[in-house]
Amino acid sequence: MKVISIALNTFRENLRDKLLYNLLIFALLMIGSSLILMRLTLGEFHRLILDIGLGSINFFGVLIAIFVGIGLVSKEIEKKTIYTIVSKPVARFQFLLGKYLGLSLTLLINTAIMAVGLLAVLYVQEVPIHAVLFKALGLIVVEFMVITAVALLFSTFSSATFSAIFTLALYVIGHLTPDLKAFGEKMGGLGKTILEGMYYVLPNLDRFNLKGHVTHQLDVPAGELLVIGLYGIAYSAFLLTVASVIFQRRDFR
Amino acid sequence: MNMTREQIVSIAHLSKVFRVGFWGKRVTAVDDLSLEVQQGEIYGFLGPNGAGKTTTIKMLMGLIYPSSGAASLFGRPIGDQAAKAKVGFLPESPYFYDYLTSREFLRFYGHLFGLLGSTLEKRIDELLELVGMTHARDLQLRKFSKGMLQRVGIAQAMINDPELVILDEPMSGLDPIGRKEVRDLILRLKESGKTVMFSSHILHDAELLCDRVAMIMKGKLVACGHVSELIDHGTTQEVEMVVDRLSPEGVEALRPFTLKTMLHGERVVATLASQRHVDDALEVIRSHQAKLVSLLPHKASLEDLFIRKARGVQQVTEVPV
Repeated sequence: MKVISIALNTFRENLRDKLLYNLLIFALLMIGSSLILMRLTLGEFHRLILDIGLGSINFFGVLIAIFVGIGLVSKEIEKKTIYTIVSKPVARFQFLLGKYLGLSLTLLINTAIMAVGLLAVLYVQEVPIHAVLFKALGLIVVEFMVITAVALLFSTFSSATFSAIFTLALYVIGHLTPDLKAFGEKMGGLGKTILEGMYYVLPNLDRFNLKGHVTHQLDVPAGELLVIGLYGIAYSAFLLTVASVIFQRRDFR
Repeated sequence: MNMTREQIVSIAHLSKVFRVGFWGKRVTAVDDLSLEVQQGEIYGFLGPNGAGKTTTIKMLMGLIYPSSGAASLFGRPIGDQAAKAKVGFLPESPYFYDYLTSREFLRFYGHLFGLLGSTLEKRIDELLELVGMTHARDLQLRKFSKGMLQRVGIAQAMINDPELVILDEPMSGLDPIGRKEVRDLILRLKESGKTVMFSSHILHDAELLCDRVAMIMKGKLVACGHVSELIDHGTTQEVEMVVDRLSPEGVEALRPFTLKTMLHGERVVATLASQRHVDDALEVIRSHQAKLVSLLPHKASLEDLFIRKARGVQQVTEVPV
């Protein structure tokens, strides 16, 4: 109940944030712009629409996850609003979980709105819609949840600016982890151990990317989808646990 | 002391050392502080800015952890959820979720205590009425003045009908009317059987309100006890006397009892060193057939004690309570 109240309050806070609407409008414009781009491209425009559409949803969602996520906790401490929450019968981990679920809900609804925009464009252009598109959208949301957890973790112990830099860096590296492994195998020795270690510790965000499957209409089996989804949820849970441990020990000065 | 009264707040040898700056320099914010707040009293927690009042209150509320010592609320260790459920807290210069309206704001805090539905809505209406904010119930907090924020802040501290209300500097930044209203509110809380602990550096307010006070400076307790006892204990009471038609001989006869004497034409304003001299002075006036205009004990205030303590008295003045 307490966690849900905090989550809904966070959701309401997000809804009243202008940043969200600006990003949402930009995303919808990007998706819409594929209609114009299409006229300039010869052939393969179905792939182009899907590519730009999913890319926009992913990009703007990640921006929201990072830039709203890093403020979730640090803003509460900075504005001292946390004083009135933690002094109530609310455990600190409940507060963190509530904030996390609130932003996740925002991202879910945001993605749904952008997805409706994309589907409208696809419908108007008579592009065939396959089930794998919805699977890709689902995994995009899971990726947002992982990134939100990363942003939240950093914001429990560092400033908003550093949290943004760290999260952004982790997002970029997270999409390059297969390269880390490949690179390590070429290096051998200690380099291999370190890079392989990083491959396993860092989030493998590329696993959530099904854009290629969508544009080439390659379906993903439900079992594999489930494993990827569970991986995302487990990874987020792990990050939230670490964040809770750090947050529990903090003094709010 | 009334031994049957329950101890609501108990602080024993509490200390907090912060590490500040790059080199982690140690700064002692609270130093071996011990005090107790009893059920049903208004307890003033006084001291200059930076004395460690807010740090102590934050430790009580579980916002920061003590470096050593212990504290309890309702006999339970700090941070205990069951104890927190019985406490209302207003932080210093509160900032709240400014995108919420008063109603949404109070509803949110009500939910954190597990209050729901019509019980909660009724409670919100009562509280908005109590703090005089009914007119602004659907206004977003971003549009509030400081006084309005303070009122709605007090309302959130009372949403759970707490047994103990802890207010950090509840009067700071308020105009005289606002301060009076907060004072009345605190008295009303006491009337309804609540225990109130509030911090302040405005001593006048504390003197008007408190049953007992603790005074801290540089993190250390320098005085604690009943307000009247502290004042009597710590200061001598002067008496101002105004007399008309007192002859020059009379003025001379009065002089042994006075600290200073001023003449304004026929009128003499004399300050007696102590209440003990009042009878002697009256005798002089009677014998010289002068007319007594007024006799006013110069009331010693907490401020006198405060200033005396601030001038370097580090010894603890413990008054039996």
